[in-house]
Amino acid sequence: MSAVVNGAGKLVSWVDDRVTTNNWLKRNIRKAFPDHWSFLLGEIALYSFIVILLSGVFLTLWFKPSMAHVMYDGAYAPLRDVGMSEAFASTLELSFEVRGGLLMRQIHHWGAIIFIAAMSVHMLRIFFTGAFRKPREITWVVGVLLLVLGITNGFTGYSLPDDLVSGTGMRIIEGGMLAIPVVGTYLSSFIFGGEFPGDDAIPRLYVLHILLVPGLILALVTIHLILVWYQKHTNWGGAGTSNETTVGYPLFPIYTAKAGGYFFVVFGVIVLLAATIQILPIWLFGPYDASVVSAGTQPDWYVGFLDGALRIMPNWEFYIAGYPISLNVLVPAVLLPGIILMPLLLYPWLEQWVTGDKREHHVLDRPRNQPVRTGIGVAFITFYLLLWIGGGNDFVATIFDIPVMWITRFMQVAIFVLPPLTYWVTKRICLGLQRRDRDRVLHGSESGVIVVSPDGEFSEVHAPLAEVTAYRLTAHERQAPFELGPETDEYGIPAPRRRGDKLRSRLSKVYFADVVQKPTRDELEMAHHDGHGAAEPHGEIEAGRH
Amino acid sequence: MTISRDDKMSEYTTEATGTELERRRVGDPIPDPGFPESPARLTDTDLKAERRAERQVAGMFGLAAVLVIAFLVFYVIFPIAADEGGVDVGAVRDSNLALGLTLGGSLLLIGIGAIHWARKLMSSHQVIHERHELRSSDETRAATLADFELGAEESGFGRRKLIRNSLIGALLLLPLPAVILLRDLGPAPGGVKKRTIWDTGVRVLKDRSFEPIRPSDLQVGSLVIAMPESYLDLPDHGPVRQNERGKSSVFLIRMPPGEFRVDEGRENWHVDGILCYSKICTHVGCPITLYERDTHHMLCPCHQSTFNLAEGGEVIFGPAKRPLPQLPLAVDDEGYLIAQSDFVDPVGPSFWEMNT
Amino acid sequence: MTAISARRRHPLAAAVVLFVALLLFGGLYAAFAPESQADVQASTSTQIDEGRKLFAIGCSSCHGLNGEGQTLDDGTVLGPSLVGVGAAAVDFQVGTGRMPAGPPGAQLPRKEVQYTDEEIEALAAFVASLAPGPEIPGAAEVDPERGNVARGGELFRTNCAQCHNATGQGGALSYGKYAPPLAGVEPKHIYEAMLTGPQAMPVFNDNTLDAEQKRDIIAFLKHIEDEPNPGGAGIGRIGPVSEGLWGWLIGIGSLIGAAVWLGAKRS
Repeated sequence: MSAVVNGAGKLVSWVDDRVTTNNWLKRNIRKAFPDHWSFLLGEIALYSFIVILLSGVFLTLWFKPSMAHVMYDGAYAPLRDVGMSEAFASTLELSFEVRGGLLMRQIHHWGAIIFIAAMSVHMLRIFFTGAFRKPREITWVVGVLLLVLGITNGFTGYSLPDDLVSGTGMRIIEGGMLAIPVVGTYLSSFIFGGEFPGDDAIPRLYVLHILLVPGLILALVTIHLILVWYQKHTNWGGAGTSNETTVGYPLFPIYTAKAGGYFFVVFGVIVLLAATIQILPIWLFGPYDASVVSAGTQPDWYVGFLDGALRIMPNWEFYIAGYPISLNVLVPAVLLPGIILMPLLLYPWLEQWVTGDKREHHVLDRPRNQPVRTGIGVAFITFYLLLWIGGGNDFVATIFDIPVMWITRFMQVAIFVLPPLTYWVTKRICLGLQRRDRDRVLHGSESGVIVVSPDGEFSEVHAPLAEVTAYRLTAHERQAPFELGPETDEYGIPAPRRRGDKLRSRLSKVYFADVVQKPTRDELEMAHHDGHGAAEPHGEIEAGRH
Repeated sequence: MTISRDDKMSEYTTEATGTELERRRVGDPIPDPGFPESPARLTDTDLKAERRAERQVAGMFGLAAVLVIAFLVFYVIFPIAADEGGVDVGAVRDSNLALGLTLGGSLLLIGIGAIHWARKLMSSHQVIHERHELRSSDETRAATLADFELGAEESGFGRRKLIRNSLIGALLLLPLPAVILLRDLGPAPGGVKKRTIWDTGVRVLKDRSFEPIRPSDLQVGSLVIAMPESYLDLPDHGPVRQNERGKSSVFLIRMPPGEFRVDEGRENWHVDGILCYSKICTHVGCPITLYERDTHHMLCPCHQSTFNLAEGGEVIFGPAKRPLPQLPLAVDDEGYLIAQSDFVDPVGPSFWEMNT
Repeated sequence: MTAISARRRHPLAAAVVLFVALLLFGGLYAAFAPESQADVQASTSTQIDEGRKLFAIGCSSCHGLNGEGQTLDDGTVLGPSLVGVGAAAVDFQVGTGRMPAGPPGAQLPRKEVQYTDEEIEALAAFVASLAPGPEIPGAAEVDPERGNVARGGELFRTNCAQCHNATGQGGALSYGKYAPPLAGVEPKHIYEAMLTGPQAMPVFNDNTLDAEQKRDIIAFLKHIEDEPNPGGAGIGRIGPVSEGLWGWLIGIGSLIGAAVWLGAKRS
């Protein structure tokens, strides 16, 4: 036994003597983890969260979450004798009087940007590959909640330095609160401790930012990871993988080295970003003043879609008995998040209900094999991107020299027109790709070699597909729409839940009616008899029948 | 009479999987060729390549160590101490860059080294593990349910309705203290949002310099950001001044007479073409003063609500609905601009009680 | 713009800026140094004649031979009257290349200057002779070194940042108009813009923003322009929009690249 094992063994034995860990270790030390790149997106999120926690603790040692008014007399000369909050002054201190303080601030902020971006792409990957299906619905819901909490914490953190740009963001949030009927004014008064901005907001946001929300995130991350661990990772369909197995590198040593190494890569990339690219130069923006604004005031990217919605919403506001109903604020700032969030949370069950598929799934879908789901996803991305671009319409205007009003008008129409269009286009592309897969399985790949037969006919040589590839292209399931049973059973008793089932059957047809099915064994044999893509060593000459 | 667990179990043992469709047939239409053996790596077959990879990994870890030392050195040799004239921002940049590149570089090298090690030198192959259906066996399920029912019956929770209902009632009420405790987060808004510190005879002062303004100070095309004189009476500590900035700040512009519409009842609100409007957007409250003197458009930079100041501050574009509130102006005995009264319309974003 | 701001961080930049500044101030001094009264009178009257000639050739087609302006029958203003706009307006409009105007658009962009410094002075002298108006500021009035940066920052945020952005990057206005970025603009042109309110920009005359306050604003702008970005590349200093873009492209982009390498088939 080597020295390493000896040393580790002693420790493991010591722990095992007390809490029986080896029982668990024995089962898990060689647990299989696949390492496809798309499975690492969630890890980026996890690792950047750790980086944020570490750098955040450092920042708390100097930051003063106080809105008390001070005259600045610190190191940054261009702001001396300017009135500001202690929060802003201590952020300046962190940036200009603490060695590595600016670096840590930038690590923290870049980390947050990467954290939420990584959660977003991770969620898209899960959606497009169907990894949210049973038994992973809880993991999905926890993930969506994590994204919401991440955005919340990003926003609270963004507001803490109390600079001109973030203060304006807070003002917009206050405007959103005021639009809530009946309770809005009270809500705002309670949260800000009176009138906006007051002097309570930052200490309160600070507690949310460093204690409550991170605590919740930590708890949910734990649940998320336990679920991933317990249910074992999904696999791409292909040779050797199935719903009954999981394939991958053993946890120890390969996965430990790769995932551990990847943690350092994520950490390193964030630190290098912080070293080389400046983020939110609050000393240039100046302290917040509720009577002052800067052109091009924007929230961080993950709130941009809400700001875009506020920008492109028409100015609908009406009164009921003198009480305002401000749809121009309510719809984009209060209702829209719910309108986006609810379907997102419920999607696993919606799809389950429509397709009637309640089985466990551990093999991922290739997005093309679920044209409708993929189309829905792309339509959502389109919708989101349009709002996002709408949120930066002033920059689009100045960079591309287009009047900002035109962009707003375009977006007002586009958010209704473009998502259905991209849905349709995506679905057609998926169906086309499915058809190509089917052709490849039946006839092999096009080799690009044109052969002239003695009769003068031109044809292309088709190279047969490797068995592994052919299997991968047919590893998915055949899909059938939900069948609506007979109106009444054999005794003439009407079937229960008929109306719901009718809707379900219609939706199910939308999902699956157009799907290009993979070839059956008979079709495959027919095609091979026809001479396409057969296993002959040099391919076959075809008579131009395609 | 006692009920045993076994009695309960029999009630819950059912066939659970019978009805589900078996859509997927493994090997349809092509049989699974089985997990492909991964081809041997160069480092598996070539001793030289293996040595090289080993040197690369060790080199990266070594360099990472060097960079950590460099970080410590740079921490000391790049001071950012401020003198009388303040901190040298260039020195902060150098420190940030030096510390960041060394720390980031060493982290990145450790990461890349570890992954490189795993990819080139660790000899593990992929492993295949069996999955088991996640649901417990029917027997276990039945046993659990039986235990639960047994417990429920033993507690009498179902039978003793008085106990059950009173407990539910108590538990339902319990969150109320937690909610009510939040009441003192802030005062009831009252009418505070409807009033500003503008009042009859309050002078209009240039913001920042707080000097009074004569009408002749403004020429056509001028823009002046202003605050009420009463602002200076507010305490310099606490949030009051900042709150008023978010509510009472205004701006003055001057247009040639005849170039702007004068609404009924507002004929004497301007002084020789000098108009005063609230600076706070009626959409969600951003301060606006993106004034175009040639078109008299006033744009909000946050959401592009555009107000036409020549038409009574009406909205001509964007999400804001209400016109920009106008402050009635007059001139006092000494010839300085004053307010005739507070704003007539509520200032800032719409809120529920604004018309009450 | 970005190319300039990038090069600003070059080690030689300071030297170049210093050299240019020396030339500039040398030139300005030569232009504004007090000469004997008689000389001033003489040079001014010859300047006015020179200006009148230049004006007739280059400007009169729109502004009229005597700067009275021209309006077409349908009411379109071909060129506004220049009577009373003063030398400062001419120096700003011509000195930043906005005049003579190019093809019509939402507003006149800053472009290559068409006249030499002497010609601009002559034009300014001619227009100033039409009626009294704002004068070109002296070198001392626009000297950033004499301004108070902190006070200038507060004034800038109060009066200017809403259009020109807190870091002077400019921004969009209504219907295709925009507030231009302020980096690289000569101090006297900043001063003249405030004084005369070109195009859509409101006027900040000496009664509403006195000369000292204008100089403070110039001092602030020049200070932040020359101040290095302590956090690394400035990426436009516009805040979240470019940060989000870089976070996605560089941050997420490189991390996904690393993940692809990590999971690539063994070779």
